[in-house]
Amino acid sequence: MKENLLLDYLLQLGDNALVLGQRLAEWCGHGPILEQDMAITNISLDLFGQTRNLFQYAAKVEGKGRTEDNLAFLRDAIQFKNVLLVELPNGDFGRTIVKQFLYDAYNFLNYTALLNSTDKQLAAIAEKSLKEVTYHLRFSSEWMIRLGDGTAESHQRMQTALDDLWMYTGELFEMSEVEKELVKTGVAVDLEKLKSDWSKKVREICDEATLKVPENGWMQKGGKTGVHTENLGFLLADMQYLQRAYPGQQW
Amino acid sequence: MTNTDHIYNILQEVPDPEIPVINVLDLGIIRKVEFVNEKLEVTITPTYSGCPAMNVIEQTIREKLISEGYQNVEIKTILSPAWTTDWLTEEGKQKLLKYGIAPPVGSSSNKSTLFAEEKVVGCPQCNSNNTTLVSEFGSTPCKSLYKCKDCLEPFDYFKCH
Repeated sequence: MKENLLLDYLLQLGDNALVLGQRLAEWCGHGPILEQDMAITNISLDLFGQTRNLFQYAAKVEGKGRTEDNLAFLRDAIQFKNVLLVELPNGDFGRTIVKQFLYDAYNFLNYTALLNSTDKQLAAIAEKSLKEVTYHLRFSSEWMIRLGDGTAESHQRMQTALDDLWMYTGELFEMSEVEKELVKTGVAVDLEKLKSDWSKKVREICDEATLKVPENGWMQKGGKTGVHTENLGFLLADMQYLQRAYPGQQW
Repeated sequence: MTNTDHIYNILQEVPDPEIPVINVLDLGIIRKVEFVNEKLEVTITPTYSGCPAMNVIEQTIREKLISEGYQNVEIKTILSPAWTTDWLTEEGKQKLLKYGIAPPVGSSSNKSTLFAEEKVVGCPQCNSNNTTLVSEFGSTPCKSLYKCKDCLEPFDYFKCH
Protein backbone atom coordinates (compact mmCIF):
# COMPACT_ATOMS: atom_id res chain seq x y z
CA MET A 1 0.00 0.00 0.00
CA LYS A 2 2.79 2.37 0.97
CA GLU A 3 4.59 1.58 -2.28
CA ASN A 4 1.50 2.48 -4.30
CA LEU A 5 1.20 5.82 -2.56
CA LEU A 6 4.82 6.62 -3.31
CA LEU A 7 4.36 5.50 -6.90
CA ASP A 8 1.37 7.81 -7.30
CA TYR A 9 3.25 10.71 -5.77
CA LEU A 10 6.25 10.19 -8.05
CA LEU A 11 3.96 10.05 -11.08
CA GLN A 12 2.25 13.24 -10.00
CA LEU A 13 5.59 15.05 -9.75
CA GLY A 14 6.88 13.48 -12.96
CA ASP A 15 3.72 14.22 -14.93
CA ASN A 16 3.97 17.91 -14.07
CA ALA A 17 7.53 18.02 -15.38
CA LEU A 18 6.80 15.91 -18.47
CA VAL A 19 3.70 17.79 -19.60
CA LEU A 20 5.25 21.21 -19.05
CA GLY A 21 8.44 20.08 -20.79
CA GLN A 22 6.43 18.88 -23.77
CA ARG A 23 4.54 22.18 -23.94
CA LEU A 24 7.77 24.18 -23.86
CA ALA A 25 9.27 21.95 -26.55
CA GLU A 26 6.57 23.27 -28.89
CA TRP A 27 8.56 26.52 -28.93
CA CYS A 28 11.54 24.75 -30.50
CA GLY A 29 12.26 26.64 -33.71
CA HIS A 30 9.49 29.18 -32.98
CA GLY A 31 11.01 31.34 -30.23
CA PRO A 32 10.81 35.11 -30.68
CA ILE A 33 14.60 35.27 -31.01
CA LEU A 34 17.22 32.55 -31.16
CA GLU A 35 18.48 33.03 -27.59
CA GLN A 36 15.01 32.72 -26.09
CA ASP A 37 14.22 29.75 -28.31
CA MET A 38 17.30 28.05 -26.84
CA ALA A 39 16.47 29.13 -23.30
CA ILE A 40 12.97 27.67 -23.45
CA THR A 41 14.13 24.41 -24.99
CA ASN A 42 16.94 24.17 -22.40
CA ILE A 43 14.30 24.47 -19.68
CA SER A 44 12.26 21.83 -21.48
CA LEU A 45 15.29 19.54 -21.51
CA ASP A 46 15.86 20.04 -17.78
CA LEU A 47 12.23 19.12 -17.15
CA PHE A 48 12.54 15.96 -19.24
CA GLY A 49 15.65 15.03 -17.27
CA GLN A 50 13.78 15.53 -14.01
CA THR A 51 10.92 13.44 -15.38
CA ARG A 52 13.34 10.63 -16.19
CA ASN A 53 14.77 10.62 -12.67
CA LEU A 54 11.26 10.54 -11.19
CA PHE A 55 9.91 7.92 -13.59
CA GLN A 56 12.96 5.66 -13.26
CA TYR A 57 12.44 5.71 -9.53
CA ALA A 58 8.68 5.19 -9.96
CA ALA A 59 9.31 2.16 -12.18
CA LYS A 60 11.64 0.73 -9.56
CA VAL A 61 9.17 1.37 -6.73
CA GLU A 62 6.40 -0.31 -8.70
CA GLY A 63 8.65 -3.25 -9.58
CA LYS A 64 6.36 -4.73 -12.19
CA GLY A 65 8.60 -4.43 -15.20
CA ARG A 66 7.26 -1.12 -16.50
CA THR A 67 9.97 1.29 -17.60
CA GLU A 68 10.24 5.09 -17.64
CA ASP A 69 9.22 4.97 -21.31
CA ASN A 70 6.10 2.90 -20.58
CA LEU A 71 5.08 5.46 -17.99
CA ALA A 72 5.54 8.38 -20.37
CA PHE A 73 4.19 6.93 -23.59
CA LEU A 74 1.65 4.26 -22.68
CA ARG A 75 -0.66 5.92 -20.18
CA ASP A 76 -3.87 7.72 -21.13
CA ALA A 77 -4.93 11.22 -20.12
CA ILE A 78 -7.04 10.03 -17.17
CA GLN A 79 -3.96 8.32 -15.71
CA PHE A 80 -1.93 11.52 -15.80
CA LYS A 81 -1.94 13.40 -12.50
CA ASN A 82 -0.39 16.73 -13.50
CA VAL A 83 -1.97 20.02 -12.48
CA LEU A 84 -4.10 21.72 -15.14
CA LEU A 85 -1.84 24.77 -15.35
CA VAL A 86 0.98 22.91 -17.11
CA GLU A 87 -1.21 21.41 -19.84
CA LEU A 88 -2.73 24.71 -20.99
CA PRO A 89 -1.75 25.90 -24.47
CA ASN A 90 1.29 28.16 -24.73
CA GLY A 91 -0.45 31.12 -26.35
CA ASP A 92 1.98 33.90 -27.19
CA PHE A 93 5.45 34.20 -25.67
CA GLY A 94 4.11 36.41 -22.85
CA ARG A 95 1.45 33.91 -21.84
CA THR A 96 4.05 31.12 -21.88
CA ILE A 97 6.20 33.20 -19.55
CA VAL A 98 3.35 33.94 -17.12
CA LYS A 99 2.45 30.24 -16.98
CA GLN A 100 6.10 29.33 -16.51
CA PHE A 101 6.64 31.91 -13.78
CA LEU A 102 3.58 30.85 -11.78
CA TYR A 103 4.76 27.25 -12.00
CA ASP A 104 8.48 27.92 -11.43
CA ALA A 105 7.72 29.88 -8.25
CA TYR A 106 5.78 26.85 -6.98
CA ASN A 107 8.29 24.30 -8.30
CA PHE A 108 11.21 26.06 -6.62
CA LEU A 109 9.47 26.00 -3.24
CA ASN A 110 8.26 22.43 -3.70
CA TYR A 111 11.73 21.07 -4.49
CA THR A 112 13.25 23.13 -1.67
CA ALA A 113 10.81 21.47 0.74
CA LEU A 114 11.46 18.04 -0.81
CA LEU A 115 15.14 18.32 0.18
CA ASN A 116 13.87 17.30 3.62
CA SER A 117 11.79 14.38 2.40
CA THR A 118 12.22 11.26 4.50
CA ASP A 119 12.53 9.35 1.22
CA LYS A 120 16.24 9.59 0.45
CA GLN A 121 16.02 9.04 -3.29
CA LEU A 122 13.30 11.66 -3.63
CA ALA A 123 15.43 14.10 -1.63
CA ALA A 124 18.36 13.39 -3.96
CA ILE A 125 16.21 14.03 -7.05
CA ALA A 126 15.06 17.28 -5.43
CA GLU A 127 18.65 18.34 -4.74
CA LYS A 128 19.56 17.78 -8.38
CA SER A 129 16.41 19.42 -9.77
CA LEU A 130 16.52 22.47 -7.53
CA LYS A 131 19.76 23.69 -9.07
CA GLU A 132 18.09 23.69 -12.47
CA VAL A 133 14.77 25.14 -11.31
CA THR A 134 16.67 28.05 -9.74
CA TYR A 135 17.71 29.04 -13.26
CA HIS A 136 14.17 28.58 -14.57
CA LEU A 137 12.67 30.84 -11.95
CA ARG A 138 15.25 33.54 -12.62
CA PHE A 139 14.58 33.36 -16.35
CA SER A 140 10.80 33.59 -16.07
CA SER A 141 10.99 36.29 -13.35
CA GLU A 142 13.19 38.48 -15.52
CA TRP A 143 10.85 38.13 -18.49
CA MET A 144 7.81 38.87 -16.31
CA ILE A 145 9.43 42.18 -15.43
CA ARG A 146 10.70 42.93 -18.91
CA LEU A 147 7.36 42.33 -20.61
CA GLY A 148 5.08 43.48 -17.79
CA ASP A 149 6.97 46.74 -17.46
CA GLY A 150 7.58 46.92 -21.21
CA THR A 151 5.40 48.53 -23.83
CA ALA A 152 1.68 49.21 -23.47
CA GLU A 153 1.05 46.22 -25.75
CA SER A 154 3.30 43.78 -23.86
CA HIS A 155 1.93 44.98 -20.51
CA GLN A 156 -1.63 44.44 -21.67
CA ARG A 157 -0.90 40.93 -22.93
CA MET A 158 0.88 39.95 -19.71
CA GLN A 159 -1.94 41.28 -17.53
CA THR A 160 -4.56 39.44 -19.60
CA ALA A 161 -2.57 36.20 -19.40
CA LEU A 162 -2.13 36.59 -15.64
CA ASP A 163 -5.87 37.21 -15.18
CA ASP A 164 -6.76 34.21 -17.36
CA LEU A 165 -4.31 31.79 -15.75
CA TRP A 166 -4.96 32.77 -12.15
CA MET A 167 -7.84 30.33 -11.70
CA TYR A 168 -5.40 27.48 -12.33
CA THR A 169 -3.05 28.40 -9.49
CA GLY A 170 -5.28 27.18 -6.65
CA GLU A 171 -4.72 23.56 -7.62
CA LEU A 172 -0.97 23.86 -7.05
CA PHE A 173 -1.67 23.94 -3.32
CA GLU A 174 -4.64 21.57 -3.26
CA MET A 175 -3.56 18.38 -1.48
CA SER A 176 -4.50 15.10 -3.13
CA GLU A 177 -5.39 12.08 -0.98
CA VAL A 178 -1.97 10.64 -1.80
CA GLU A 179 -0.21 13.78 -0.62
CA LYS A 180 -2.24 13.95 2.58
CA GLU A 181 -1.19 10.40 3.44
CA LEU A 182 2.46 10.86 2.53
CA VAL A 183 2.80 14.12 4.47
CA LYS A 184 2.19 12.07 7.63
CA THR A 185 5.41 10.12 7.08
CA GLY A 186 7.37 13.15 5.89
CA VAL A 187 7.72 11.86 2.33
CA ALA A 188 5.55 14.48 0.60
CA VAL A 189 5.45 18.24 0.91
CA ASP A 190 2.75 19.97 2.95
CA LEU A 191 1.63 22.36 0.21
CA GLU A 192 -0.36 24.51 2.60
CA LYS A 193 2.95 25.67 4.06
CA LEU A 194 4.28 26.82 0.69
CA LYS A 195 1.39 29.07 -0.17
CA SER A 196 2.39 32.23 1.65
CA ASP A 197 5.95 32.13 0.29
CA TRP A 198 4.56 31.58 -3.19
CA SER A 199 2.15 34.51 -2.87
CA LYS A 200 4.96 36.68 -1.60
CA LYS A 201 7.22 35.81 -4.53
CA VAL A 202 4.45 36.31 -7.07
CA ARG A 203 3.55 39.68 -5.56
CA GLU A 204 7.17 40.82 -5.45
CA ILE A 205 7.76 40.07 -9.13
CA CYS A 206 4.35 41.35 -10.26
CA ASP A 207 4.91 44.61 -8.39
CA GLU A 208 8.20 45.11 -10.16
CA ALA A 209 6.57 44.15 -13.45
CA THR A 210 3.78 46.71 -12.82
CA LEU A 211 1.24 43.88 -13.07
CA LYS A 212 -1.80 43.61 -10.84
CA VAL A 213 -2.09 40.34 -8.90
CA PRO A 214 -5.63 39.06 -9.53
CA GLU A 215 -8.16 38.49 -6.73
CA ASN A 216 -8.64 34.89 -5.66
CA GLY A 217 -11.96 33.74 -7.10
CA TRP A 218 -13.18 30.40 -8.39
CA MET A 219 -10.28 27.99 -8.77
CA GLN A 220 -10.21 25.21 -11.34
CA LYS A 221 -8.98 21.79 -10.25
CA GLY A 222 -9.09 18.17 -11.30
CA GLY A 223 -5.66 17.38 -12.74
CA LYS A 224 -4.44 15.61 -9.64
CA THR A 225 -7.35 13.19 -9.84
CA GLY A 226 -7.03 12.65 -13.59
CA VAL A 227 -9.82 15.02 -14.65
CA HIS A 228 -8.13 17.17 -17.27
CA THR A 229 -8.92 19.92 -19.75
CA GLU A 230 -9.33 18.83 -23.35
CA ASN A 231 -5.82 20.15 -24.03
CA LEU A 232 -4.02 17.21 -22.45
CA GLY A 233 -5.44 14.65 -24.89
CA PHE A 234 -4.10 16.57 -27.88
CA LEU A 235 -0.71 17.00 -26.23
CA LEU A 236 -0.46 13.27 -25.49
CA ALA A 237 -1.64 12.34 -28.98
CA ASP A 238 1.30 14.30 -30.32
CA MET A 239 3.83 13.10 -27.76
CA GLN A 240 2.80 9.43 -27.75
CA TYR A 241 2.10 9.03 -31.46
CA LEU A 242 5.18 7.02 -32.35
CA GLN A 243 4.90 4.48 -29.53
CA ARG A 244 1.18 4.08 -30.15
CA ALA A 245 1.56 3.59 -33.90
CA TYR A 246 4.71 1.46 -33.70
CA PRO A 247 4.73 -0.20 -30.27
CA GLY A 248 8.21 -0.82 -28.89
CA GLN A 249 9.88 1.17 -31.66
CA GLN A 250 13.43 2.29 -30.88
CA TRP A 251 16.18 4.28 -32.55
CA MET B 1 50.14 0.22 -9.94
CA THR B 2 46.98 -0.90 -8.18
CA ASN B 3 43.95 -1.89 -10.14
CA THR B 4 41.92 1.25 -9.53
CA ASP B 5 44.87 3.39 -10.65
CA HIS B 6 44.69 1.53 -13.95
CA ILE B 7 40.97 2.25 -14.16
CA TYR B 8 41.56 5.98 -13.59
CA ASN B 9 44.13 5.93 -16.40
CA ILE B 10 41.55 4.38 -18.71
CA LEU B 11 38.89 6.90 -17.67
CA GLN B 12 41.23 9.70 -18.67
CA GLU B 13 40.68 8.57 -22.21
CA VAL B 14 36.90 8.91 -22.04
CA PRO B 15 36.00 12.36 -23.38
CA ASP B 16 32.89 14.45 -22.87
CA PRO B 17 31.09 13.90 -26.19
CA GLU B 18 29.97 17.55 -26.39
CA ILE B 19 33.28 19.07 -25.31
CA PRO B 20 35.83 16.47 -26.42
CA VAL B 21 38.87 18.33 -25.06
CA ILE B 22 37.97 17.41 -21.49
CA ASN B 23 37.60 13.91 -20.09
CA VAL B 24 35.21 12.53 -17.51
CA LEU B 25 37.74 13.01 -14.71
CA ASP B 26 38.28 16.68 -15.62
CA LEU B 27 34.51 17.07 -15.53
CA GLY B 28 34.34 15.70 -11.98
CA ILE B 29 31.53 13.26 -12.63
CA ILE B 30 33.38 10.10 -11.52
CA ARG B 31 32.41 9.70 -7.88
CA LYS B 32 33.80 6.26 -7.04
CA VAL B 33 35.75 3.41 -8.58
CA GLU B 34 35.92 0.12 -6.71
CA PHE B 35 36.08 -3.63 -7.09
CA VAL B 36 33.25 -5.44 -5.32
CA ASN B 37 33.65 -9.24 -5.45
CA GLU B 38 35.39 -9.37 -8.81
CA LYS B 39 32.98 -6.79 -10.23
CA LEU B 40 34.18 -3.35 -11.19
CA GLU B 41 31.78 -0.63 -10.07
CA VAL B 42 32.12 2.89 -11.45
CA THR B 43 29.81 5.46 -9.86
CA ILE B 44 29.02 8.58 -11.86
CA THR B 45 26.81 11.60 -11.26
CA PRO B 46 25.01 13.57 -13.99
CA THR B 47 25.93 17.18 -14.69
CA TYR B 48 22.38 18.23 -15.59
CA SER B 49 19.29 15.98 -15.25
CA GLY B 50 18.49 16.25 -18.93
CA CYS B 51 21.99 16.29 -20.37
CA PRO B 52 21.87 13.94 -23.38
CA ALA B 53 25.64 13.42 -23.13
CA MET B 54 25.21 11.34 -19.97
CA ASN B 55 23.91 8.26 -21.77
CA VAL B 56 26.75 8.44 -24.26
CA ILE B 57 29.30 8.89 -21.49
CA GLU B 58 27.98 5.88 -19.60
CA GLN B 59 28.11 3.74 -22.73
CA THR B 60 31.59 4.92 -23.66
CA ILE B 61 32.95 4.17 -20.18
CA ARG B 62 31.49 0.68 -20.36
CA GLU B 63 32.85 -0.04 -23.83
CA LYS B 64 36.27 1.36 -22.98
CA LEU B 65 36.58 -0.76 -19.82
CA ILE B 66 35.40 -3.90 -21.62
CA SER B 67 37.90 -3.33 -24.42
CA GLU B 68 40.62 -3.08 -21.76
CA GLY B 69 39.65 -6.50 -20.47
CA TYR B 70 37.26 -5.65 -17.65
CA GLN B 71 34.29 -7.82 -18.53
CA ASN B 72 32.34 -7.51 -15.31
CA VAL B 73 31.47 -3.82 -15.14
CA GLU B 74 28.62 -1.96 -13.53
CA ILE B 75 28.05 1.75 -14.00
CA LYS B 76 26.04 3.22 -11.14
CA THR B 77 24.46 6.67 -11.06
CA ILE B 78 24.00 8.74 -7.93
CA LEU B 79 22.24 12.11 -7.72
CA SER B 80 23.35 13.26 -4.27
CA PRO B 81 25.53 15.12 -3.59
CA ALA B 82 24.54 16.93 -6.76
CA TRP B 83 27.28 17.70 -9.26
CA THR B 84 28.78 21.16 -9.07
CA THR B 85 31.24 22.99 -11.30
CA ASP B 86 33.46 23.21 -8.21
CA TRP B 87 34.41 19.63 -9.10
CA LEU B 88 35.90 20.62 -12.45
CA THR B 89 39.66 20.13 -12.19
CA GLU B 90 42.07 23.04 -12.69
CA GLU B 91 43.46 21.17 -15.66
CA GLY B 92 39.94 20.83 -17.05
CA LYS B 93 39.35 24.57 -16.70
CA GLN B 94 42.57 25.34 -18.59
CA LYS B 95 41.56 22.93 -21.36
CA LEU B 96 38.17 24.63 -21.67
CA LEU B 97 39.77 28.05 -21.94
CA LYS B 98 42.18 26.87 -24.63
CA TYR B 99 39.25 25.36 -26.52
CA GLY B 100 37.42 28.73 -26.52
CA ILE B 101 34.98 28.15 -23.65
CA ALA B 102 35.30 30.46 -20.66
CA PRO B 103 35.55 28.32 -17.50
CA PRO B 104 33.31 28.98 -14.47
CA VAL B 105 34.21 32.09 -12.49
CA GLY B 106 34.14 31.75 -8.70
CA SER B 107 32.36 29.12 -6.68
CA SER B 108 28.91 27.72 -7.33
CA SER B 109 27.89 28.71 -3.81
CA ASN B 110 28.30 32.39 -4.69
CA LYS B 111 24.92 33.87 -3.83
CA SER B 112 25.44 36.87 -6.09
CA THR B 113 24.45 34.66 -9.01
CA LEU B 114 20.89 34.35 -7.67
CA PHE B 115 19.34 37.31 -9.40
CA ALA B 116 20.52 38.97 -12.56
CA GLU B 117 23.89 40.05 -11.22
CA GLU B 118 26.53 39.64 -13.85
CA LYS B 119 30.00 38.47 -12.99
CA VAL B 120 33.15 39.32 -14.87
CA VAL B 121 33.81 36.62 -17.43
CA GLY B 122 36.96 37.00 -19.49
CA CYS B 123 36.77 36.57 -23.26
CA PRO B 124 38.57 33.36 -24.22
CA GLN B 125 39.52 34.89 -27.60
CA CYS B 126 41.09 38.22 -26.65
CA ASN B 127 41.22 38.09 -22.80
CA SER B 128 39.15 41.26 -22.48
CA ASN B 129 36.94 41.59 -19.40
CA ASN B 130 34.60 43.88 -21.28
CA THR B 131 32.00 41.18 -21.91
CA THR B 132 28.25 40.86 -21.50
CA LEU B 133 25.79 38.05 -20.87
CA VAL B 134 23.53 37.37 -23.86
CA SER B 135 21.58 34.46 -22.39
CA GLU B 136 21.93 32.21 -19.35
CA PHE B 137 21.04 29.30 -21.61
CA GLY B 138 23.40 28.24 -24.37
CA SER B 139 24.10 25.48 -26.85
CA THR B 140 24.22 22.80 -24.12
CA PRO B 141 22.70 22.75 -20.61
CA CYS B 142 26.07 23.53 -19.01
CA LYS B 143 26.79 26.73 -20.91
CA SER B 144 25.64 30.36 -21.08
CA LEU B 145 26.08 32.63 -24.05
CA TYR B 146 28.32 35.70 -23.74
CA LYS B 147 29.54 38.38 -26.10
CA CYS B 148 32.84 40.24 -26.03
CA LYS B 149 32.38 43.97 -26.48
CA ASP B 150 35.99 44.46 -27.55
CA CYS B 151 36.62 41.77 -30.16
CA LEU B 152 32.84 41.45 -30.78
CA GLU B 153 33.01 37.64 -30.81
CA PRO B 154 30.26 35.63 -29.11
CA PHE B 155 31.52 32.87 -26.83
CA ASP B 156 30.35 30.07 -24.54
CA TYR B 157 30.72 30.31 -20.78
CA PHE B 158 30.70 27.11 -18.73
CA LYS B 159 28.29 28.36 -16.09
CA CYS B 160 28.60 27.90 -12.34
CA HIS B 161 26.27 25.25 -11.11
